[in-house]
Amino acid sequence: MTDPKHYRKHTLSLLVENHQGVLAKIASLIAAKGYNIDSLSVAETLDESISRMTMSVRGDEWVMEQVVKQFHRIIDVIKVVDLTDEPHVNREMIFIRVNAEPANRAEILRITEIFRGRIVDVTPMTYTLEITGESGKIEAVLELLQPFGVQEIVRSGTLAIARGSKTITKRDETKLRLASRKQAVAE
Amino acid sequence: MRLTGSEIFMKSLQAEGVHTVFGHPGGAILHGYDVMLDFPLRHILCRHEQVAIHAVEGYYKASGKTGTAIVTSGPGATNTVTGLTDALMDSMAIVVFTGQVPTAVMGCDAFQEADVVGTTRTCTKHNFLALKTEDLPRIVKEAYYIARSGRPGPVLVDLPKDIIMGRAEFKGYPEEVSIRGYNPSVNGHPGQIRKAAELIASAQRPVIYGGGGIIHADASAEFTELVNITQIPTTLTLMGLGGLDTSHPLWLGMLGMHGTYAANMCMVNTDLMIAIGPRFDDRVTGKLSEFGKNAKIIHVDIDPTSIRKNVHVDVPIVGDVKRVLIQLNAELRKIKRDWRSDLEEWYGQIAEWQRAHPLRYHQTAEGAIKPQYAIEELFRVTEEHDPIVSTGVGQHQMWAAQYYRSHNPRRWITSGGLGTMGFGFPAALGAQAAFPDKLVIDIDGDGSFQMTMQDLITCAQYDLPVKIFIMNNRYLGMVRQWQELFYGRRYSQVDLEVQPDFVKLAEACGCVGLRAERSGDVKPIIEKAISTPGPVVVDVVCEREENCFPMIPAGSAIKDIIDHGEPIPEKLFQGWR
Repeated sequence: MTDPKHYRKHTLSLLVENHQGVLAKIASLIAAKGYNIDSLSVAETLDESISRMTMSVRGDEWVMEQVVKQFHRIIDVIKVVDLTDEPHVNREMIFIRVNAEPANRAEILRITEIFRGRIVDVTPMTYTLEITGESGKIEAVLELLQPFGVQEIVRSGTLAIARGSKTITKRDETKLRLASRKQAVAE
Repeated sequence: MRLTGSEIFMKSLQAEGVHTVFGHPGGAILHGYDVMLDFPLRHILCRHEQVAIHAVEGYYKASGKTGTAIVTSGPGATNTVTGLTDALMDSMAIVVFTGQVPTAVMGCDAFQEADVVGTTRTCTKHNFLALKTEDLPRIVKEAYYIARSGRPGPVLVDLPKDIIMGRAEFKGYPEEVSIRGYNPSVNGHPGQIRKAAELIASAQRPVIYGGGGIIHADASAEFTELVNITQIPTTLTLMGLGGLDTSHPLWLGMLGMHGTYAANMCMVNTDLMIAIGPRFDDRVTGKLSEFGKNAKIIHVDIDPTSIRKNVHVDVPIVGDVKRVLIQLNAELRKIKRDWRSDLEEWYGQIAEWQRAHPLRYHQTAEGAIKPQYAIEELFRVTEEHDPIVSTGVGQHQMWAAQYYRSHNPRRWITSGGLGTMGFGFPAALGAQAAFPDKLVIDIDGDGSFQMTMQDLITCAQYDLPVKIFIMNNRYLGMVRQWQELFYGRRYSQVDLEVQPDFVKLAEACGCVGLRAERSGDVKPIIEKAISTPGPVVVDVVCEREENCFPMIPAGSAIKDIIDHGEPIPEKLFQGWR
């Protein structure tokens, strides 16, 4: 029924209860079902009782239907949205520590500028770059810097948000935002 | 009112309507057991926590009421894992409370500490770790709600010692529950229901294939109505047995690995499967690539993950089986069709399969007892009592499914998904606790029974008059059958010739022990067992190497079903040759 040849990368956005053990429940499910997870990032939302998980998963339609349903089945999962075929923006961030001998510094700086990155740390022999972008852009930077000698990378998972005014949190987040605004005004 | 956590816990159980719990005390849960003395709670002390959990499953399955168990931390909790997994696979609504070491030492390898929430994460529908005493009423409320709603399942609540000993204001047991990530769909989508009705009306060779969902939803009346309206031949899975009266003229018998030839052939030749609350287990589908190749499939299930998990479905309907059937039956009643005459050819074909391949065995007069005969005789003698029947796992379980033809739902309790040997007797114990005056029978195997038999003493202590019939072939029969058929009769670790004297064992545990050795003994011994008060163990000494047929070998297509006495195809041989 399912064929790995037709797998492609999907970006899932999950809203989950922000309490102990929820990440473990998600991780157990992924491990138990053998899903292919490329990346995962987790943080609190505007409503501190809710966390958002953004996940890159590989699968075909069949696999993804099961993945989404299985996540839904976890009681602590409030909402699951597959953003892949919706208009959305996604970003990754990477730190790259690259050899920067004096002769190469100008070239590395230029690459950093072209990719709208920043140098966040410098030593006599290295630069540490911070680049943000879609995964294609990150791959491109990495490839360009490879000849200089990349010593270490630290790469985040994908973050994604739907375009337009829709929010997947809708009520919860808006309500909270309004409440906190009112409070701010009152103060 | 400031109360201790244990008092809040007990008051919550009371408010939840819990009258009977099964369990075993220990260090971390001591305070709870102390407070329990002041509450009118009936506690059945099982001698092993696994037994307590299976008993709770039996209690739930027989009564439909969520079962409750209380055990201690560490080994008490880890002993529940098999039962929890069994309950998850077979959708049993149970709530298990486990003691835990104080929160201050959690993670420090304290005495009798185990990471219970971590261990049971994948074998519960949901689990909780209570971290504040004041949260207890909400957690208990949510635990019972989650266990019994949607697709039922086991829920575990871990109770650290300091949380149950601590005090908090008790503001009463919550009346309502709201969990934002959990809203099971109940009603079926009307558009999908219409589509299903249209498909049903135009099918030429339809078959209704019902599963455990019918029992869990208490929908056997609606299911029977579906069969009566459409006049479609009907089969049930192992878990669905009782969903349709076995005396119904359209009853095909169980389907699957050891189902009837006719039921399985219907699945192969059908053009429309109407699947009501099953989950397309591999013991039913056989080889997936061959399953339902020429059929459209309608699948009704409360659990969305069951749909399209294993097989392609044309009309998925997510919803409670009872509610969906009410909707579907209403839709079908509008259709003007002479249901029977359209299916005449199909009926003829099925009758032919039934005539050529019935379930059968040959019992010689005064010969060694055939287990099928013993079970069929047990059925004939006890049918009028409408008993609750549980089983262990193995050959006897399949024979019981074939020959103990229960008429009503919640009368058949067996471990289907996990196939847990040792399940039958504890489940009977639990069912008997739910219905003290009803006849409860455990049809067991000698291998299965030996896994949990120490709790015979529990039956004696609480006067639970379970009648246990051990189909004793002194073998792990099903494993032996596979070794005979697929491994060239190389019997490896299946001989149970050395075993306890079950009659003496029963007596040692305060029960009555009986034995049947020749076929002529069977009927009188059954009658004696049924009329003897209190728990009775009957050692039915059976023919040793009887095989269970029909059989669809694991991984084979349904059409390759092997009926009684047919040779095993060479390609299935898995041995050394």
